[in-house]
Amino acid sequence: MNTAADRHPAARPAAGGGSAEVLTTRNPVVVAYAAIPAHAPETFAAVVSSRLDGGGRLIALFGVPRPGAEHPEVLAAVAADAPGTVALARMTPAPAYPAITAVHPQAHGLERALWEEWGIKPAGHPWLKPLRRIDPEVPSPGDASFYRIDGEEIHEVAVGPVHAGIIEPGHFRFQCHGETVYHLEIRLGYQHRGVRNLLRGKPVPRWAAAAETAAGDTAVGGALAHALCIESLAGIEPSPRAQALRAVALELERIAYHVGDLGALGGDVGYLPTAQYNGRIRGDVLNLLLTLGGNRHGRGFVRPGGVRADLDAAGAKTFSERLALHHGEARRSADLLLGTPSVLARFDGTGRISRAEARTLGLVGVAARAAGVDLDTRRDHPFGAYRFKQVSVGLGQHGDVHARALVRRLEMDRAAEFCAATLHELPEGAALRPCGPLRPGHLALAMVEAWRGELVHARVTGADGEVIAAEIVDPSVHNWFGLALVLRGEEISDFPLCNKSFNLAYAGHDL
Amino acid sequence: MLDILRARLTFGHRTRALPEPGENPVAEGFRGLPAIAADRCPPDCDACVAACPTGALSRDAAGPRIDLGRCLFCPECMAACPQGAISFTRNHRLTATDRRDLVLSPGDGPAPVTPMAAERRRLFARSFKLRQVSAAGCGGCEAELVVAGTLVFDLSRFGVQFVASPRHADALVVTGPVSRNMRTALEKTYAALPEPRLVIACGACAISGGTFAGSPDTHAGVGNVLPVDLWIPGCPPHPWTIVDGIVRLLGRMPEKMPEKMPEQMSEQMPAAGGGAARNRARTTPAPPRQPERPEAQPHRRREKRS
Repeated sequence: MNTAADRHPAARPAAGGGSAEVLTTRNPVVVAYAAIPAHAPETFAAVVSSRLDGGGRLIALFGVPRPGAEHPEVLAAVAADAPGTVALARMTPAPAYPAITAVHPQAHGLERALWEEWGIKPAGHPWLKPLRRIDPEVPSPGDASFYRIDGEEIHEVAVGPVHAGIIEPGHFRFQCHGETVYHLEIRLGYQHRGVRNLLRGKPVPRWAAAAETAAGDTAVGGALAHALCIESLAGIEPSPRAQALRAVALELERIAYHVGDLGALGGDVGYLPTAQYNGRIRGDVLNLLLTLGGNRHGRGFVRPGGVRADLDAAGAKTFSERLALHHGEARRSADLLLGTPSVLARFDGTGRISRAEARTLGLVGVAARAAGVDLDTRRDHPFGAYRFKQVSVGLGQHGDVHARALVRRLEMDRAAEFCAATLHELPEGAALRPCGPLRPGHLALAMVEAWRGELVHARVTGADGEVIAAEIVDPSVHNWFGLALVLRGEEISDFPLCNKSFNLAYAGHDL
Repeated sequence: MLDILRARLTFGHRTRALPEPGENPVAEGFRGLPAIAADRCPPDCDACVAACPTGALSRDAAGPRIDLGRCLFCPECMAACPQGAISFTRNHRLTATDRRDLVLSPGDGPAPVTPMAAERRRLFARSFKLRQVSAAGCGGCEAELVVAGTLVFDLSRFGVQFVASPRHADALVVTGPVSRNMRTALEKTYAALPEPRLVIACGACAISGGTFAGSPDTHAGVGNVLPVDLWIPGCPPHPWTIVDGIVRLLGRMPEKMPEKMPEQMSEQMPAAGGGAARNRARTTPAPPRQPERPEAQPHRRREKRS
């Protein structure tokens, strides 16, 4: 078996052992930036690879500009799920380094982004192409060159960026033989708005709004990850009550979107009862978020320092009763869907990905758990209220559409239980605590299990406490390639069903 | 099969009647049309202006003014105000046909929506097909547009439906600030719509760039790319706001002010010099009402039927 040191000979551990290779810490991370070990490019790649060899997952890889240097430094964060730690390493400024993707495919998206945004070349990356089309000179995703299969009976199907329904833009290019898809290439970037640029500099009121709309369907998750970073940098912790209410909002978001997705899966196979009921029940759950924070999508609720609104005892009781009612309906509606033989005939075995493949690609969230990857940030890297109250992880087996639907139903149930238990005994404390200035020269990194999966936010502050680097890694960055892979060998008519079963973010990916 | 029927019986009928002007269909706690009590504002205070994430607030002698086209309807200004001068009513009627009418001065009620001209109403009042394009929308507005078509709001009872092809569409509903990377696709889709065609800007981003105004990767709103006929504020707009705006644009709801102004405001009239466009729109005599035809309000009949 190759070890990292064999592949990158420069990477022999320095005398004194491996402890100086990386800085090991826990979620939510806050460390002095200078304390993170810095390596030359070859060593850096080897150090990161060795962590991935040991079952780690690359959760962030981004440039940190240094004054006077032509190239930025690169910061890598690798999560080890079993011990619940995060390992950090940085690379000194350089124009290139040996690609990690060549050995660990899970790094492919993050390395493409690093190359596109900072011009640092991962040498030997097998498929280097822009991820988001940040440079307007780059051809638009639809005009770019695609992987092609040639042959008399091979045909190519191009879809998007404007789709038939009310969804966000992306371009999909299928290589087909008859109905069978041999290859699907997904090109995104249409949604690129420059979110991370808005998160730099001195704190401004726009930050929270930008974090909420990075992926607008993950407003609570985004605001929470942002708040955890800012609170870490400011050195404060919200009250237990605020943390509990945040967790309730995050779980409500999960319930709402899982309900919506189950309905949409029903719609895609022509099973209309669940499609219709869930459209309505999802709205009822969103209205609970409105009751909590004044906005159906939970916007304006989570803020650095706590939450913007509180629930009194009577309010919490009514809230629990309404949630129990809507969850009961959602459960019944999901049971209708998953108890119908004609539906299962379409779900079962469609869009399958194995556990090994899911691990290799670094899939996260529902898509990973449906394939049997036992991974949930709420348990493995607990944050906020999840440090005190556990949510048991729902696992699937077969990694197909059916498994992804089952995991959604399971997570919906457990999220409802969690909310009920949390609301039953809401801890005391102020809703919002004031948030002071940010510590200079620090890195903050937060992992949050949003409804799609693990969402990572990171900030680095400069000498005056201003943010000099802001990074967001949406779960979709890891999972889009999973969707491309499950389509291989499927019929092209199964694409909408597979796509819906993943339900990935365009905006969160493109930022 | 029996389970389906049983569920159908217990879940019941959920479609709601179109709210009358002044009626409030939205759940308690909703942040809708803001109300500004300018008499509470200390002379040199601009706490709300500084707290606004999108620069929607400005202040002059008459008091604070809120541009609903930029407003995210977040609680920041309300929380920042030491005097409680800014509050949000539950009023969901926020749409306007004139961009300038979205600037809300102390004492203002909902902005007017001028129904489309008689010629167009003849074409569109009973069948109005929409093509949606997300031009870097975050997913929020898209979700609420989908919801506007679900059974609670049932936009299709008014003959308003989303279609797959721009060739079949009468109007383009644009969400998002229009990213540089989506501009071409948006323009091509617009060009594919047959004349006469309308453009509806849905959400703060589509109206003004919203959170992303000023980002060089976006065009700060669809108005900088295409001519816009209806502005639907919100982040994202509530489905009732969307339904209300479109139905009023079609001239299928009587255009009158709600009976009740926001409580704090009832004694205040628009301040002198404030909200010029708004005052103009108010003082202009209402467009001559179309003769009431039976099909002018078929939604009422449909509701009775169900």
